[in-house]
Amino acid sequence: MSQGTQPTATQPPPVDPAETATVGHRTPTATGRLSWWHGDGGEGAKRNLALIGVLLALFVIGAATRSDLYSNPDWVWANMLSILKLASVVGVVTVGMTFVIIGGGIDLSVGAIVALAGVWCTTVATQNFGAGGMIFTAIVVGVAVGLVNGTLIAYGRLVPFIATLAMLVAARGLAAEISDKQTQISHNGTINGIASTNLLGIPLLVYILAAVVAAGWVLLNRTTFGRRTVAVGGNPEAARLAGINVKLHTLLLYALSGLCCGIAAIMLTAQATSAQAAMANLYELDAIAAVIIGGTLLSGGRGTIVGSLLGVIIFATITNLFAINGLSTEAQNMVKGGIIVAAVLIQQVQFGSITQFFRRNRLTTS
Amino acid sequence: MSGHDATNEATTGEVVLRLTDVVKTFPGVRALDGVQLEVRAGEVHCLLGQNGAGKSTLIKVLAGVHRPDSGRVEWRGEPVSFANPQAAMRSGIATIYQELDLVEDLSVAENAFLGHEPRRFGFIRRGHMARRTREILGRLGHAEIPPGRMVRALPAAGKQVVSMARALSHEARLIIMDEPSAVLAHDEVGNLIRIVRELTAQGIAVIYISHRLEEIREIGDRVTVLKDGRTTAANLPARETPTSDLVSRMTGRTIEYVFPDRPAGTEVGGELLQVEGLTRAGEFADVSLTVRAGEIVGIAGLVGSGRSEVLETIYGARTAEAGSVRMAGRELRPGSVGAAVRAGMGMAPEERKSQALLLGEPIYRNVTLATFGRYARFGFTNASRERAEADRIAEDLEMRPRDVRRAVGTLSGGNQQKVVVGRWLLGDTKLLLLDEPTRGVDVGARAELYQVIRQLAAQGVGVLLVSSEVPEVLGLADRVLVMREGRVVRTAPAGELDENTVLDLVMAGSLMEGAPA
Ligand SMILES: Nc1ncnc2c1ncn2[C@@H]1O[C@H](COP(=O)(O)OP(=O)(O)OP(=O)(O)O)[C@@H](O)[C@H]1O
Ligand SMILES: [Mg+2]
Repeated sequence: MSQGTQPTATQPPPVDPAETATVGHRTPTATGRLSWWHGDGGEGAKRNLALIGVLLALFVIGAATRSDLYSNPDWVWANMLSILKLASVVGVVTVGMTFVIIGGGIDLSVGAIVALAGVWCTTVATQNFGAGGMIFTAIVVGVAVGLVNGTLIAYGRLVPFIATLAMLVAARGLAAEISDKQTQISHNGTINGIASTNLLGIPLLVYILAAVVAAGWVLLNRTTFGRRTVAVGGNPEAARLAGINVKLHTLLLYALSGLCCGIAAIMLTAQATSAQAAMANLYELDAIAAVIIGGTLLSGGRGTIVGSLLGVIIFATITNLFAINGLSTEAQNMVKGGIIVAAVLIQQVQFGSITQFFRRNRLTTS
Repeated sequence: MSGHDATNEATTGEVVLRLTDVVKTFPGVRALDGVQLEVRAGEVHCLLGQNGAGKSTLIKVLAGVHRPDSGRVEWRGEPVSFANPQAAMRSGIATIYQELDLVEDLSVAENAFLGHEPRRFGFIRRGHMARRTREILGRLGHAEIPPGRMVRALPAAGKQVVSMARALSHEARLIIMDEPSAVLAHDEVGNLIRIVRELTAQGIAVIYISHRLEEIREIGDRVTVLKDGRTTAANLPARETPTSDLVSRMTGRTIEYVFPDRPAGTEVGGELLQVEGLTRAGEFADVSLTVRAGEIVGIAGLVGSGRSEVLETIYGARTAEAGSVRMAGRELRPGSVGAAVRAGMGMAPEERKSQALLLGEPIYRNVTLATFGRYARFGFTNASRERAEADRIAEDLEMRPRDVRRAVGTLSGGNQQKVVVGRWLLGDTKLLLLDEPTRGVDVGARAELYQVIRQLAAQGVGVLLVSSEVPEVLGLADRVLVMREGRVVRTAPAGELDENTVLDLVMAGSLMEGAPA
């Protein structure tokens, strides 16, 4: 923005030390900060290109550090598939999270919902109903917990952060209760096969991720549901005065997140051929981080599914990079933390206002 | 550059600000394309121009919000380029922005002194700050606003007063006001004019932006006209220049600034809206009114008389405590906007930024915010249809720029307002509730908007209109309700009332009485 002109007010300013001390928090938000041009997601597309650039850079780093492995194209292909497989479960959760965050909320309970749904669908009683019964159970549990979250937030007027934090604790507690803190083995070959099946050389899990991402993209960009999500997150009062049922929509967003968790629970159970109360640990952090890296505004009203997907893949690639180099997970977590901070900083520079962070999560009611 | 300096005494002060060939571009728009401006100490220099002419951009350049691409800004004889708003403020330029920039969750005093709180040993001197705020508010004629009150709880005009107090809390030599009167009622404008005179008497220069020509004549010394980012006339005498001259320099054409005729012998239809005994404690009481199909009903009253609250309650945005609202005979569930919209109501709310717009979204999605569902099939939105509909609205209301894919946040204030009103011109709205529909809309587009509203009425749409501008209510409405302190004090056909009668009825009460506690 700024041109070559000298930033000098030649008038010797009568500087009051008290004044300079506080200058930092005067935020001229009302003034034309929206200097970017928005034509049907042009901004998001630019950002996603940057994320693809990051992925390429990670690939180059991998190739440089393990040139022995990368010299084998078959290995590279197999490694890429394993990265995608690694990303698949969190990826599905992230799609739901993206909707919630664009809608102006946050869901801290996703990991706990995955665990609860996973445990519930692997109880002996449920396994008796076969694969269909298990899938049905996981999805119903996920949606039901999401509905509880949504009801508390939309109609109980709880702050999303608090409501879903409480749910995080409660759902893991319930999962431990149901499983009696034991690991429940899945004996169902169909379910377990979901993780081991390959179609045309690509794992089924990756197809599931692709399907969920595609459905999420269509839902966000091509349907009235997506439009309402953006409106509710961008300006809940304007949405309400335009006749949109903001509360109902908020409820549905959390139910959608729960649905994604139910799907993820099946995938994760299949991968481990078992479920336990501690599974999907800290998935909420991975999902939120991926959403942020993907460029979705934490204050709501703007975001992309593709960005979130790229965020998840970047994380999975980093994990993979550390694994193939035999490095510790501690170092890996530090790098991930750094990446999150960098992403948020970029976002602030781009959208220019910290105040948006304070506006977030406020469900305006009359 | 000047050439025709006015002979007004007030303009004999030295030139404090001089802009030469200032250019500012945004992606795809040349907002300022060579602006000349000269402001003298102690004068009120008015900026005139259509919506999107570049007035706000110009003052943001002066206020240090935008950096000009090229051109020269001389402030008190020295070339300057302010790196940020603080720098501009420190060198004596205070600005009241068109879009209020208050922090809603801070108090009146904290807002007034935001960023330059009086301190001692690093602690904010709260008592001192409250006292000075009270004193400034007193000067502004609003001693009744408590400095400790949260800004969120103030009505729109109260917020305007607070942002004015903020400008006065600096020791400014130039105060820039971007459409300060847009949210003010008649008596408030009088107050504003008094304050401006006091400022100029102290040798302070004022740059004043308004779309109301009467105001400019009353308050202004000289006028500079902008068109498409260029100065088309500089330093015209504010009082003597004929209106037609000003308008044609602004728009490049002549506009008869008149209200459309009420079509003779209109057959007004049956009663569309029936409101009975509507009450909300502390806001308004026992309001009854009817609107017939094809009728335009205007509500006149001061800010704080409960007009906007009545409108919002009819619409279901606030829940009535007593009374009923019927649309075409069917009672609506209180407090449900959804029910009102389904029954065919639409409301253009008072505050466009907080109540109506998704600033980051394209124009067309804002225009279709209430109707996108109707163009959708099986839940899938129809973007090309939406763009086409929005295009039509943009055309009707002379929106500039016309590209409906542009983000609403990049539009000028008046053009944003057109988006808000345009939203309800789509679809099959049967009853239109308009709260200050022409706020910030320029002379030409205003005439256009009146025409559109009249046409809708002719097609059988009922209109309930709230406006601070009495001439607008009298000129546009068929029937007028006058409200004072939350009650309807008079209902009459517009033809039976004149401006003075309405003003007499309306006068009384203050800002705080209508404010939600
Ligand atoms: N941040 C921005 N990004 C892109 N374009 C902008 C931005 N701010 C203003 N513009 C464009 O610059 C032009 C001038 O806008 P400006 O707000 O200065 O108009 P104005 O004269 O104040 O109009 P109004 O009377 O409606 O307030 C408009 O075309 C507007 O769309
Ligand atoms: Mg403006």
